[in-house]
Amino acid sequence: MKFGIVSFPGSNCDDDAVFAATETLGQPAVKLWHKAHDLEGSDVIILPGGFAYGDYLRAGAIARFSPIMREVAAHAERGGPVLCICNGFQIACEAGLLPGALMRNAGLQFLSMPVTIRVENTDTRFTSLCHEGLCLTMPIAHGEGRYTVDDATLERVEGEGLVVFRYVDAAGETTDAANVNGSLDNIAGVRNAAGNVVGLMPHPERALDTLLGSADGRVLFESVLAAVHA
Amino acid sequence: MKSFRVSVHIVPRKGLLDPQGKAVADALHTLGFSAVRDVHVGRHIVIETAAADAAAAERAVREMCARLLANPVTEDFEIAGVAGA
Repeated sequence: MKFGIVSFPGSNCDDDAVFAATETLGQPAVKLWHKAHDLEGSDVIILPGGFAYGDYLRAGAIARFSPIMREVAAHAERGGPVLCICNGFQIACEAGLLPGALMRNAGLQFLSMPVTIRVENTDTRFTSLCHEGLCLTMPIAHGEGRYTVDDATLERVEGEGLVVFRYVDAAGETTDAANVNGSLDNIAGVRNAAGNVVGLMPHPERALDTLLGSADGRVLFESVLAAVHA
Repeated sequence: MKSFRVSVHIVPRKGLLDPQGKAVADALHTLGFSAVRDVHVGRHIVIETAAADAAAAERAVREMCARLLANPVTEDFEIAGVAGA
């Protein structure tokens, strides 16, 4: 299974995503420059974290018009798996691949810390090996992660089970204190209707080994591998 | 085609939490501007463009706002002015 990791000018987690594919999963991976027009046969696409185009205008606003995004959208439309991490989540929302938008953290501070998220939906290509209610610890590192949608879309997002992850406390409860960036309904990650596109603010690719604090991120990558091999 | 300078105000949508605006309002209160009720921090963008007339320039910038300059989920925009450049 081949992973394609998109590199935008300003991406800084692309190598971590390559590491997840190659070292953790033992699968081939290729970096795809944002100006490319070809996914080079990739089965899974990762939009990695970073600050594409310096987050000018809005995070993800300019990156979504990179040439490669047309191919990524076509891949998503065909049902191909796309994992959108942090800045990748912002880009996917701007591109309309996922519902909503990510705004400035409620506390205005850039947050770099481990958080706990609870799996709300396992009907996705990246959470199929999880069970609902499973709590995962992984780092966040963002200034603009406050998930927002308009009321009508929120109803659809909640009603159709599009919320994949919520920020929770150590007991697995969605408290205000656990909702570090002030996201609507503690939402940390969402999926598209088909479940092949998943976006989240926390970094699973930085949680692959207990040596680095947590290996909880592995299950997302293992899920997509299992789904394709099934 | 003539040259026009179109300026746009982009502000966070009303009703959405605007922590930046709130922080500025708090700072103004600290400075003694107690009459300040609310602050919204947005962006002011000036675009120089060629267009047949002022109306066409404004139409073009409205489309730019819809497609790139403003996020339809979180922001509102208004054309602040169109002037010959």
